[in-house]
Amino acid sequence: MTARMDARFAALKAEGRPALITYFMGGDPDFDTSLAIMKALPGAGADVIELGMPFSDPMADGPAIQLAGQRALKAGQTLAKTLELAKLFRETDKDTPIVLMGYYNPIYIYGVEKFLDDALACGIDGLIVVDLPAEMDDELCIPALEKGINFIRLATPTTDDKRLPKVLKNSSGFVYYVSMNGITGSALPDPSLVSGAVNRIKSHTDLPVCVGFGVKTADHAKAIGAAADGVVVGTAIVAQVAGSLTKDGAATGDTVSAVATFVRGLATGVHAARLVAAE
Amino acid sequence: MNQAATPNSFRSGPDEDGRFGIYGGRFVAETLMPLILDLQDEWSKAKTDPEFQAELASLGAHYIGRPSPLYFAERLTEELGGAKIYFKREELNHTGSHKINNCIGQILLAKRMGKTRIIAETGAGQHGVASATVAARFGFPCVVYMGATDVERQAPNVFRMRLLGAEVVPVTAGNGTLKDAMNEALRDWVTNVDDTYYLIGTAAGPHPYPEMVRDFQAVIGTEARQQILEAEGRLPDVVIAAVGGGSNAIGIFHPFLDDPGVKIVGVEAGGKGLQGEEHCASITAGSPGVLHGNRTYLLQDGDGQIKEGHSVSAGLDYPGIGPEHSWLADTGRAEYVPIMDHEALEAFQTLTRLEGIIPALEPSHALAEVIKRAPKMGKDEIILMNLSGRGDKDIFTVAKILGMEV
Repeated sequence: MTARMDARFAALKAEGRPALITYFMGGDPDFDTSLAIMKALPGAGADVIELGMPFSDPMADGPAIQLAGQRALKAGQTLAKTLELAKLFRETDKDTPIVLMGYYNPIYIYGVEKFLDDALACGIDGLIVVDLPAEMDDELCIPALEKGINFIRLATPTTDDKRLPKVLKNSSGFVYYVSMNGITGSALPDPSLVSGAVNRIKSHTDLPVCVGFGVKTADHAKAIGAAADGVVVGTAIVAQVAGSLTKDGAATGDTVSAVATFVRGLATGVHAARLVAAE
Repeated sequence: MNQAATPNSFRSGPDEDGRFGIYGGRFVAETLMPLILDLQDEWSKAKTDPEFQAELASLGAHYIGRPSPLYFAERLTEELGGAKIYFKREELNHTGSHKINNCIGQILLAKRMGKTRIIAETGAGQHGVASATVAARFGFPCVVYMGATDVERQAPNVFRMRLLGAEVVPVTAGNGTLKDAMNEALRDWVTNVDDTYYLIGTAAGPHPYPEMVRDFQAVIGTEARQQILEAEGRLPDVVIAAVGGGSNAIGIFHPFLDDPGVKIVGVEAGGKGLQGEEHCASITAGSPGVLHGNRTYLLQDGDGQIKEGHSVSAGLDYPGIGPEHSWLADTGRAEYVPIMDHEALEAFQTLTRLEGIIPALEPSHALAEVIKRAPKMGKDEIILMNLSGRGDKDIFTVAKILGMEV
């Protein structure tokens, strides 16, 4: 639903702070633990949840997210089960927007129409599909928008002013600015460059602009949040999951709390972001 | 290079979005999209630029050794007792396979585009060697991504690449084969967008690669068509080639696609059999999906997760296939059949002993299909097969299977 996403960003704007958008991998390290992680996220300070759909060949992801996907697939995660996670989460949380993030093939094999219907029924608010650029909008973007599901597009440093309008044309929900060329989990970029890029995108759109790739600490979140409408954290959260597991990759009693504690720290950073901006 | 499209031509694809029917396309991350559009732009200028074509032709003649011979395999023909068998001898090219045709073309494009660094993926190592070769010839640094499993089973080619000055990066993700090497090359490209040219080795990936690689490889079929007309005064009845990603096959097929009397047969790696998981027969045993920038037939499970393939031949060990082959299969213009590991190994030995040619394991698959078909055909019929690479790189693999010491 587009309404839940718009309401959340409007509320944050009124509050005068950026959104904290947290990514985790559905089914990592197993279905039940990842559901517990998902349920813990809003209480820890996540404003929007990105729910990763595991894929065998995540071409744009670094080793941390790639391994998380492998753990999830090994534990039997499927696209149907990832939708089930969202459905179970929605039973207790009606307000936090959920964005599914992943690659196109599992959706294509599931069937686009059926996927969109099921996603809506499970309370999904948006989609980020890494390997569907604007040139491929007919595949999923247009059908999703017609059903009322946001299609969130990635803009990157290689997306120049000439190309931006094409990228933004069918975008909705928010714009995800990938702050550097590279795979997920790369080093943090210079916040001043990020600020310039966010302003460049904002000159083309009224959508919120959220920034990701490389944010690992509360200080990063604070610095990036000062310049953007939202901060996306993924790899660092997935690393918290990985760090809490047994040698065989099984969940421990610390897995959910490690993620929640880490996200609480990020939230402190994000909440302080506009104070920085106001100084 | 392309002839003018005629209505109902099988040679007019892809469309401007890079599609062959429902196959092909540009399924890549936004970061790569501007690069792919730049490449498409440069490629469309280069293909009609007489200077570019002249340089390509000159390097083809003097560096690769083109045209490669068309050879009548007299003893094999006699032994099989049916159709006359001709080989297009791509294994005699510089670096020992058809891969160099594409590499020379793309390195000239990289130079035109002002790129300063080359990356490539490789399975058997033939494309890696060809990439390292052209990088040396044109003075580019070159990084080759190769699955760790392949690094082990193709040690001679790894050494060749290193001698040529390339950095070979073993990829341990997944099963450590060609698919994983391609993922890693894409990750490098997404990180180094400004200076790096990604030299894809097969007729797959996002548009314009499938078209571009095909056009660079179509020299095989263009020459062969002319050579067989000179030798026999007519076109062949069947053209056969092995298909992994499918660049040697599309190269020899394409110039014959609008000759309705010529049957086109692609041979996929049947591995240890299609009933199990250990094969690479994407068309025969797979289904359409999206991977590595294009929609095409893939080996995948019911959840759209990509499976690892298996073949005795590292060069065919890829769970997908070029999109144009998928389209040719669906339209019925080409037929795709599997050949098992053991059949390819037998064919490898047959050719070595009857004709004194050691073929690579990849074209040994095509050869096994020739050996099946030729006896059922008349003596006045003709089979043309693409002998796409030489087998020197495979002698250790074959020795191990045959239980021989090298």
